[in-house]
Amino acid sequence: MEQGIIGKVSGPLVVAEGLTNAKMYDLVRVGKDRLMGEVIEIRGESFSVQVYEETIGLGPGDPVYTTGEALSVELGPGLLESIYDGVQRPLNVLRDKVGDFIVRGVEAPGLNREKKWEFKSVAKVGDEVASGDILGTVQETTIIEHKVMVPPGIEGKITKINAGEFTVDDTVAVLEKDGQKKEITMLQRWPVRRGRPYKDKLPPHTPLSTGQRVIDTFFPVAKGGTACVPGPFGSGKTVIQHQIAKWADAEIIIFIGCGERGNEMTDVLMEFPELKDPYSGEPLMKRTVLIANTSNMPVAAREASVYTGITIGEYFRDMGYSVALQADSTSRWAEALREISGRLEEMPGEEGYPAYLGSRAAAFYERAGRTSCLSKDDREGSLTVVGAVSPPGGDLSEPVTQNTLRVVKVFWGLEDQLAYQRHFPAINWLQSYSLYMEEVEDYWTKEVDPEFKKLRTDAMAILQREAELKEIVRLVGVEALSTNERILMETARSVREDFLQQNAFHEVDTFTSLKKQFLMLKVIMHFHEVALEAIEKGTNIKDILEAPIRERISRIKFLEEKEIGKLKDLLKDISSQFKASRTGGE
Amino acid sequence: MPKEYMTIRDVVGPLLLVEKVTDVKYGELVELQFPDGSISRGNVLEITKDTALIQSFEGTRGINTTQTRVRFVGKGMEVGVSKDIVGRVFDGLGHTIDGGPEIIPEKRLSIYGEPMNPYSRDYPEDFIQTGISAIDGLNPLVKGQKLPIFSGSGLPHPKLAAQIARQSQVLGKDEEFAVVFCAMGITFEEANYFISEFKRTAAIEKAVIFINLADDPAVERIAAPRVALTAAEYLAFDLDMHVLVILTDMTYYCEALREVSAARKEVPGRRGYPGYLYTDLATIYERAGKIKNKKGSITQIPILSMPEDDKTHPIPDLTGYITEGQIILSRDLHRKGIHPPIDVLPSLSRLKEKGIGPGKTREDHSGVSNQLFAAYARGKEAKELAVILGEAALSDVDKKFAKFSEEFEQRFIQQGEFENRSIEQTLDLGWELLTHLPRAELKRVREEHIEKYMSKFMKEESKEEKELEEVKS
Ligand SMILES: Nc1ncnc2c1ncn2[C@@H]1O[C@H](COP(=O)(O)OP(=O)(O)OP(=O)(O)O)[C@@H](O)[C@H]1O
Ligand SMILES: [Mg+2]
Repeated sequence: MEQGIIGKVSGPLVVAEGLTNAKMYDLVRVGKDRLMGEVIEIRGESFSVQVYEETIGLGPGDPVYTTGEALSVELGPGLLESIYDGVQRPLNVLRDKVGDFIVRGVEAPGLNREKKWEFKSVAKVGDEVASGDILGTVQETTIIEHKVMVPPGIEGKITKINAGEFTVDDTVAVLEKDGQKKEITMLQRWPVRRGRPYKDKLPPHTPLSTGQRVIDTFFPVAKGGTACVPGPFGSGKTVIQHQIAKWADAEIIIFIGCGERGNEMTDVLMEFPELKDPYSGEPLMKRTVLIANTSNMPVAAREASVYTGITIGEYFRDMGYSVALQADSTSRWAEALREISGRLEEMPGEEGYPAYLGSRAAAFYERAGRTSCLSKDDREGSLTVVGAVSPPGGDLSEPVTQNTLRVVKVFWGLEDQLAYQRHFPAINWLQSYSLYMEEVEDYWTKEVDPEFKKLRTDAMAILQREAELKEIVRLVGVEALSTNERILMETARSVREDFLQQNAFHEVDTFTSLKKQFLMLKVIMHFHEVALEAIEKGTNIKDILEAPIRERISRIKFLEEKEIGKLKDLLKDISSQFKASRTGGE
Repeated sequence: MPKEYMTIRDVVGPLLLVEKVTDVKYGELVELQFPDGSISRGNVLEITKDTALIQSFEGTRGINTTQTRVRFVGKGMEVGVSKDIVGRVFDGLGHTIDGGPEIIPEKRLSIYGEPMNPYSRDYPEDFIQTGISAIDGLNPLVKGQKLPIFSGSGLPHPKLAAQIARQSQVLGKDEEFAVVFCAMGITFEEANYFISEFKRTAAIEKAVIFINLADDPAVERIAAPRVALTAAEYLAFDLDMHVLVILTDMTYYCEALREVSAARKEVPGRRGYPGYLYTDLATIYERAGKIKNKKGSITQIPILSMPEDDKTHPIPDLTGYITEGQIILSRDLHRKGIHPPIDVLPSLSRLKEKGIGPGKTREDHSGVSNQLFAAYARGKEAKELAVILGEAALSDVDKKFAKFSEEFEQRFIQQGEFENRSIEQTLDLGWELLTHLPRAELKRVREEHIEKYMSKFMKEESKEEKELEEVKS
């Protein structure tokens, strides 16, 4: 490999000289400590390198070594349950090596080299296999079977295939093509800035159930889709992302803490091994990979972290799994891009962001999707991407939000005023949208209830009407409303408080199945109908508003999934409401 | 042997460009010797093959290009620590300024610290009782948290911060806090208030104080919080102490950063602050926390004054994006004479969920606090409506909420500067206030908690109501 020298150091950016054969996005090693860096600009003899570790102490004349490889991740058994930094160094290994604070220049491979995995072959000697075909499997965790695939770009006839206990470096199969032998291990490498190949992209059609009522019922995201959550600080972006990581019915979760708080990662690390996945009953950690490049860790590695995460996500997608990826927060990624761009003295675009911000954001979200995987079997995988956006001052007109909205299909807009009222999730129900409604409605009709779609539409109409009526009340007072309108206002309040509001920290409220969501909404809407009928027949509005059954409605969210029958009882009881009082009154 | 140069080419604001240097490193500490013999320290911001860009912490007044000596020290900026720093007063670079003996360092530590490995962190979950209801009841502080106070000029944040420092204790454990206090750009008077407060309550014996006043060099403020936090990390993780770090005023810190950035002609982000302000602030705030298997902890209370009371200004905005909540002071409440004037609705403690509840505070804590929030928010909304349309436009229920919010401010938020309420007192007070609302509206509290904690206040209440009705009739 070639050696050059440092000519200049400015923050995370180092300019190297005396290299000739380094290419764009090649990995280089900088200084005596061999810090990781990546070539991001070439001008004549000068190579600009973003360095993934603290650069204090580097100076002109220090060596720079090329590696000839692009920045890549290691893929294979052992990814699940890991916590990595932005360039896939396992943080637990770093701690064992250097203690509680991360010092520079520590190296640690992404996958454990000593650990042995039980490899079960699926393919046999004599099979002709190509990219993506499954050679064998490894039970990586209690719930996830890791598919060992032929790496992209490789094909041939199997001349040997092993079974038994192997490390990721051991040969598990040998392929032969045109007389050339190729040894296959369980470890593959893939450059993070390139999407992994697939056969076809398919339109998404199944909702990702998240157990979050406002999302699933009102603004659903489809498996393989894209969504963003912009909101000012403290409005609940991270809680939403954590909730999705906990309760979504995806098979694999990739959570990227990109330039955010260390304690939030610790939270996940401590909670996920304890919490049980509602679908498999196994600890959530068994399906999760964490990437943590917190705000105080080097900024260039933050830029890389989202690519490290999404490449791992694509790898599991290629096995045929449904993967959900959360990136918290993509704004910190964009800021890292801006900082490096500033140091390169590029011409700044809006708010100092580089002109290519939009295309980079689009390219990232474009890696989501439902795909038919490379392989002979017709497996399908999906990768859903949900990105948090942290707009300065909560102002959605800023470049990162705008560039994101241009590419994603679902917008969950968080509002500080709702958060102040402790209306959580603070998703504004009038501004948010999902462009997957049609795809998802078919699924609802088939899998939940044919009435779901109508209920949802009616409830949304009530919320919209409430906003208009509120305006009237603000101008002329509550007296200006008709009785029916006052009932509507009360129903809207009930939709907001008894349905939309969901406490992530309440052991029952934290997750609601689609079936229960449907019944809850039905209870609320049914009471509305019954109340309107009662008014029609002369019941006093006070009797309706003070009906004791309303207190029961206000507690439906705390009914456990197994008590779902009680919702049906409640529906019956609502039907028989006001009948007695009416006859009594007349 | 340090390398010495007399080759300054440019001096721009706090920056100087030195030519013909060799073997200088990025971030290296520099000593500048001015023609009058005085010494300033600085560090290398950018280095090329033969020029170094240096920021001078103690300003550039008196520098000339021909007689000033520039010495590169061969290492980054460090601070010497030992257990004797406790009880002492330093400047923003860590030199003693209280007339006492020099510190004989046990170790020298880089002021930049290193990022704590997220895998090593221990999640903060021990409730700190500050004795202030608006904090303990609604936005509780947890050991290892970073919880800033967003204030404004003229608001009583020094009193509040001093009260927190004075009263804070971890319940059920015999743990006391050492205080690391770092003043950046504040007035002598304000700094003096803190120091005399610490002296009066003997807290000074467990305090380490770093002072950079309004008339001290601005660029020193960039080093000051890092020096203070390095000391705090030493106390917490080497000496097993629980450390409460008060950083005031972060706004002046950010202004110093802006000054350097402007002198470097960097592309500015919002309102002239550098684009890397978020990252820079994070390297300060993220130095709070706890580590698994270590006894000590760092809890941070940064204070900042919001320019024009604007929460969306980059300084409070980016702070809020990094810290684990915020305590916001309100000018309205202050005018109403309410102390501490904490605006509880936009205030937030993100770590509260794991810090409260049975075994930590009380089983009803979460419910009561959610209920108080919701009720106060609704009451305030009703009051606003009443202002426009008159009281009569409110429904009966909303009238009750409006009255509740008034009482809540007067009795729950309002408390004496020296009044130290236990968490039980705070929660009971909350329940007492909730008795004024219709019971069906209490949706956020559990049935059984109403019985257990509220009923004792209900009797008196209904008595009162009866009496009132009698008077009326
Ligand atoms: N669904 C929820 N249920 C209960 N509380 C919630 C919910 N969502 C948010 N919160 C409250 O709001 C606080 C802030 O939420 P969160 O940390 O997710 O904000 P954020 O938008 O990620 O902020 P930042 O941009 O600063 O990271 C939480 O600590 C919690 O107290
Ligand atoms: Mg967040």
